[in-house]
Parts: sequence; structure tokens; C-alpha cells
Amino acid sequence: MPEDVVFSLRDVYFKYPGSDEAALKGIDLEVQAGEWVALVGSNGSGKSTLARILNALLIPTQGACFILDMDSKESENIWAIRSKVAMVFQNPDNQIVASVVEDDTAFGPENLGLCPSDICEKVTWSLDATGLTEYRNKATYALSGGQKQRLAVAGALAMTPPVIVLDEPTAMLDPQGRKDLLNVLSELHMQGMTIVYISHRIEEILSCDRVIVMNEGNVSWDGTPRDLFEFGKGIEKWGLEVPPIVRLWSMLKNAGIISKEVQPTKDGVVHALCP
Amino acid sequence: MKFLDHLTFGQYIPADSFVHNADPRGKILGTIILLTGVFLVKHPSAFCIWALFLLGVILMSRLSIRLVMGSAKPVMILVLFTAFIHFLFTGGEPLFKLGFVKITYEGLRMGVYMGLRLLFLVLFASILTLTTSPMELADGLESLFSPLKPFGFPAHELAMMMTIALRFIPTLLDETDRIMKAQLARGADLDKGNIWNRLKAFIPVLIPLFVIVFQRAEDLAIAMEARCYKGGKGRTRMHPLAWKYKDTIGLVITISAVALLSFLDRRLWL
Repeated sequence: MPEDVVFSLRDVYFKYPGSDEAALKGIDLEVQAGEWVALVGSNGSGKSTLARILNALLIPTQGACFILDMDSKESENIWAIRSKVAMVFQNPDNQIVASVVEDDTAFGPENLGLCPSDICEKVTWSLDATGLTEYRNKATYALSGGQKQRLAVAGALAMTPPVIVLDEPTAMLDPQGRKDLLNVLSELHMQGMTIVYISHRIEEILSCDRVIVMNEGNVSWDGTPRDLFEFGKGIEKWGLEVPPIVRLWSMLKNAGIISKEVQPTKDGVVHALCP
Repeated sequence: MKFLDHLTFGQYIPADSFVHNADPRGKILGTIILLTGVFLVKHPSAFCIWALFLLGVILMSRLSIRLVMGSAKPVMILVLFTAFIHFLFTGGEPLFKLGFVKITYEGLRMGVYMGLRLLFLVLFASILTLTTSPMELADGLESLFSPLKPFGFPAHELAMMMTIALRFIPTLLDETDRIMKAQLARGADLDKGNIWNRLKAFIPVLIPLFVIVFQRAEDLAIAMEARCYKGGKGRTRMHPLAWKYKDTIGLVITISAVALLSFLDRRLWL
């Protein structure tokens, strides 16, 4: 396997104990280092299960899953995988462990058994990367929803992982919190971090490199966001909704008002209309 | 955060003082020794000296006296109740009689002493929690109990439970507030009727709260595992506890004060 492959899944099946139907049904997937991949799909499509497979929180019941060249089925690899693939969950309140911002950020590196000066350095870096430096000694309950979710990202980043998996991190945030978090992620992406971003808000995937559409435990589609939007209303069969800006973009394109090269983003459309 | 406004006892107030910077282990041990000392003395002048000692500690901790005294407010009823029980039920020389109620000189003395002891207990304990962050307190307790680890005592687990419990107090108070409002909006009557009816009315608040707590616990466990938490083994600290010579001096002064005062109390005054 080439070194720049981060995730390599071959025919992965997963079935929850006590359930009749498999949550994942034969996933084949490869993710390259430095990619920003969005996983989209309706509820119950298997995207959260897949995220937990990528972090070795769940082990495939069938098939092989290699994470940074490590087989997640080998139990001695589990902690190495989790220290390399950080994970952020939906509800920020349920993933903050400590009462003070810096103590919570230090939780991951403390678990890795690093020396105090290393931990301090990593905490300083991750709080800076998420824009939380001024809240370092503040109580975690006093933060806003968006700040709490950025703290969850800081806690994940403090282990300095090359990969971060986010499971619907914006589901409980207000528009400003969502915008701030996405800014943090694009900054990290520019620094070369591999990001797997799960969402059912399709307008959030516009800045990703690649979109994977999940449906009923399968990968239904894999390509760039722009190619996905060429389907127009076709994506509704996967339980996805076309964002208003994309609908406007395809109407303008079909009417010949804007050219085919224009990106389906707010900035792209505005620039094309008022150059 | 409506509930949180009423929660003053035990809230950490950050400051830069000798007491704040002292090692949490020393502070915990010192508090236990002081409390033993308070319960050992029986003479009024000994209580006065303890009061002066308390005042000294408050001044050294740079906390406002009003704040520390205020932390005793929620337990004042308990203090008064204890004193009252001693007034009524201690035998001895009757001071005066009112029907079947007999107040004795011993009862009056015991009541005042027990009330004062309880008050000192609460005040010293609240200085500990006012000057020590929850994380430091948990670290200190873990370190103090760690000699018992080889005998199977879960020192790290207890400290982690304490950290998480403290972290979730505001979240769960908030949650309770939300559930209560939701039930009130559906016509629930939470504060009318006798005690039995009120308890019954609280069930629709408690059940959803329990369900939410279990869900949160499950989510938190997964999140902690994802952040490589595998128990206390191999775990390090960003701010490891460091015992300084000042801590030794503080602890020695405390032990000497307690020993001297109890000795004088027993030998000279009584």
C-alpha cells in the first residue's frame, strides 16, 4: 500500500449486535493523505458507523480496514490508530471531560503519557489553532456552543494527529459557530491535515475536495462536490436536498447567463454576475 | 444557568496567594488535621484561638471574609438545629424549666460548642474548596490514596469520577431546569400540594433526567476512548503536583498548632 493512503477499506461489513440488518454493506474506499472528504447521506445511511470504523471505535465484522497501514483488527494497533485519527462528535457537551478549557485540551496528550512540557506545547498550539487562546483558563460550561465545539476540536488536535474525523460537528451550532468551525477546518486542511467530515447539511461540503454519498450502508456516489451538483434534483433519491445557491447556479447555467466554469458557491455566482 | 446562581458553597475562586499556590495534598491533609483539632478542644478560649487561626488563614488566602462567611449560610439551619437539640436533650444541673422543657447549663454549653465546631468545619472545608481548583483537588486525592492502589483501591478512578461529576454539575442543572420548564409548559404542577404530591409531581422530571444522564455517560465514554483514555496506567499530567518546602512548613505549623492547643486545652485549662 502506498504511504500516502490514509484509509484503505476493502469490502467492509458491519453489523451492530442484536440487529438483523448490516449497517455497512461491503464498503470499498481509499482516502489519500491531505484530502478533505465529506461523507453525506440521510439518517441511518451508515455514515456515523463508517466514521467509528475509521477511528477503530468499531471493528468491521467482515472485510479489512487499514488505517495508516495498520490493520484495525489487530488489537495492539488500536491505541496507535486512535492517537493518529482524532475524532470529534456531534454534541460538544458530551465530549468535554474537564471543567477548565486547558485541562480538557490536555486530556488526550495526558492519556498518551507525554512529558509535561510537551503537553503544554501541544495545548498552546491547539488552542491557538482553534482561536481559543484567550479562554485558556476559563470554565468550560461558560463557553458558547460554537466555542465548546471548537474546544472539542482543540482536544482532538492536541494529540497532533495527521487525520481528523468529524461526525456532524455543526449539527448543534448556530450559523456563526458553524462558520467559525469551518474556518478552523479549512485552515487545518491548508496545513496538510486529512479531514473526514460527516454532515447532512449539503451546503457545508462546497469547500471539500471530494464527496462520498452514503445510502443504506453503501457508497452510492464518489466524486467532487461540483460533479455531485451536476445531478441537480437527482441527488434527492439519496435523501439529500439541493442547497438554494446550487439551485440558482444550475438555473443560471442552464439559461446561459453564467458559464460552465463558474463554481456552485455564493462567491462564484456573485463574481460571475457582477464581475 | 438559573440554578447555578444559588451555588456558592465550594466554588473555586482563582487568586494568587500562599494558600492558593500550596500543594493540594498539603491543603487536604491540613484541613483534616484542623478539623480534628476543632473537635478536640473543649474550652471557650480554645475556640477563640481557632477563630483567630481561621481569620489568619482567610487573610493569607486573600479571599474576602464576607465570601467565606457566606459559604456557611446554606448549613446555618443544620448548625442551629444541632445546637438546639443539645440545648434540649443534655442532662445535668437545670438552668431554668418551662413546662416539660428543661434547659441545663451543660446543655447550653454543649449546644454552643457543637454549633461552633460545625461552623468551623464548614468554614475550613470551604476555604479548601474556594482556594483549590476541582482538578487540583482530584489530583491531590488521587495522589494521597495512591499508596492504597496495590491493595486494589481505585484511587485514579475515584479522582476521574470526581472530575467528571464536577464538570457535569452545571450541565445537569441546566438540563433539569429545561425539563422542569418543559413539564410546566405541559401543565405539570411541581410546587403545590403536600410533600407526597410534590414528590410524585417530580417523577416526570426525574425519569427524563435519568435517561439523558445515561445517554450522556455513554457518549462521554466513547469520546474518552476516542481520545485514548485507557485508565490511569501510563497517564501523565500537564501540571504534575510538586511538593515544596513551603508546603512542609505550612503542614508543620498546622500540626503543631493543633497539638499544642489540644494539649493546653486538656492539661492547663480543664
